[in-house]
Amino acid sequence: MTSLYWAVADGWTITRRDLTHWVRQPTPIILGLLFPIMLVLMFGFLFGGAIAVPGGGDYREFLLPGMFVMTVAFGVEGTMIAVTTDAARGVTDRFRSMPMAQSAVVVGRNGADMLDSVLVLAAMIGCGLAVGWRWHGGPGATLAAVGLLLLLRFALLWVGIYLGLVVGGPETVAAVQILVWPIGFLSNVFVAPETMPAWLGTVAAWNPLSATVSATRELFGNPGWGGQSWIAQHATVMAVLWPLAIIAVFFPLSVRAFRRMSR
Amino acid sequence: MSVVAEGLHKCYRDKSALDGFDLTVAEGRVCGLLGPNGAGKTTAVRILATLLRPDGGRAEVAGFDVTRHPAEVRRRIGLVGQHAAVDEVLSGRQNLVMFGRLYHLSSARARARADELLTQFGLADTGDKAVKQYSGGMRRRLDLAASMILAPKVLFLDEPTTGLDPRARNEVWAATRALVADGTTVLLTTQYLDEADQLADDISVIDNGQVVGNGTPDQLKTKIGGDRIDLVLHDADDLAAAAATVSRVTGADTDIDRDDRRLSAPVRNRVAALVEASRALDDAGIAVEDIVLRRPTLDEVFLTLTSAGTGHGPRETGRE
Repeated sequence: MTSLYWAVADGWTITRRDLTHWVRQPTPIILGLLFPIMLVLMFGFLFGGAIAVPGGGDYREFLLPGMFVMTVAFGVEGTMIAVTTDAARGVTDRFRSMPMAQSAVVVGRNGADMLDSVLVLAAMIGCGLAVGWRWHGGPGATLAAVGLLLLLRFALLWVGIYLGLVVGGPETVAAVQILVWPIGFLSNVFVAPETMPAWLGTVAAWNPLSATVSATRELFGNPGWGGQSWIAQHATVMAVLWPLAIIAVFFPLSVRAFRRMSR
Repeated sequence: MSVVAEGLHKCYRDKSALDGFDLTVAEGRVCGLLGPNGAGKTTAVRILATLLRPDGGRAEVAGFDVTRHPAEVRRRIGLVGQHAAVDEVLSGRQNLVMFGRLYHLSSARARARADELLTQFGLADTGDKAVKQYSGGMRRRLDLAASMILAPKVLFLDEPTTGLDPRARNEVWAATRALVADGTTVLLTTQYLDEADQLADDISVIDNGQVVGNGTPDQLKTKIGGDRIDLVLHDADDLAAAAATVSRVTGADTDIDRDDRRLSAPVRNRVAALVEASRALDDAGIAVEDIVLRRPTLDEVFLTLTSAGTGHGPRETGRE
């Protein structure tokens, strides 16, 4: 058998381990679904009335693509926790001492987390439909929007793997959980950057999350903030470039961190 | 030889963990690598189990060089580390099937092997429970079972009973003895002398990244001076006078343990020493509560061979 065959087969075995977790211990995954749904209800109905959408659209139509992206960003924590737990418990070392494909640890993590994202995004889309959000574009544009969301998740996965390998320990995971918030707020997820002080608005507009939010709003045909800056005009390109840039940085960093375990 | 390490060096930053580490373990033997915390035991095992690259020296496990042919080594070893490296959420059986698949057994073979191992390690009844609900000893046995899936030639046990209660410790010892009976070569690290005494055929004492003593438990005990005489006095105030008396009889330094009112000295002629010492102390009017002849304990061997031997530990007596 070729090594590529085993890389896929072993990766799938490790992915299946996570899928078994879903069945045997569904609480974390249910909480992971309920939390963004709660946010949608909170922002959509509690704060939404007080937030004006530039150009005057429906706030929930404006909000939902942002919430999809926040859900994707929350995924980093799950990846990190899984990676640190395995390393701390010695499970990673056991894998490394076995005659399996050494890439499978990471490939398996990828598979499990991407499947998790698909599940969570499907639930979020269902929740969006329930609160009155709709996509107005064609099937191609809609699928492209989902594709961009998954691309961002794939990029952030490498951030999670890297952080999980280098920082270790539950305290650091808590720090990342908190940090996701300011990064999420400092974007166009909840409000238009133009309503912020100029310099802050610029930072928010260039936030990688904002690019995916803007691009998916366009593709879904939801109201956006329609800024005039270069970054606002090139959201779709940036929604591809930003994740690729993140992968270009964090993929080699993750590989290096994994290799460093044998130093 | 199943395990050969020659001049292994390993540094973390500027701290040296292994400094010319040599070790050989013959096929089918159980070698106890004994040393205090931070002596380099875990570093040595991690290098031999292909988890860590040495900075210098070479090592062969089951006939293959650990740095040049790590994949061949991994096919022939099992590793039990300091934590039970199993999935907490999965059941014991699911863990073994998953590891079996990762050892590239067919699905049916992995399931069959899982059943065999669950029975062998006394987990047949609890195989479908989540590992979270296992006791410490059960986890360790599952951990051992997972490392035995391919019936490895060499098994590394890195402090396998650390943090276990005495009952769980006995469970792990029993499981290990059963493996040894099947002819598996075992390298066991431990800081517990009785563990090495119980399980190991040969002991290597490691300190500061080097092996400082080798031999069977009996050889090591003999090495530091043969038999000893122990005396417990009635009155701690007599210790100094009694020690001088005993030293005159045995011709060797006498160790004093003030808390236990105990004297200890190496002896050459067992019975003569016993008779002469008790007579001399009687003449000096020193009341003795207890007097025994015994072999040195491994504790004394250990303290003698490692730098941990401070305070009132016995000293090298010059006798080979």
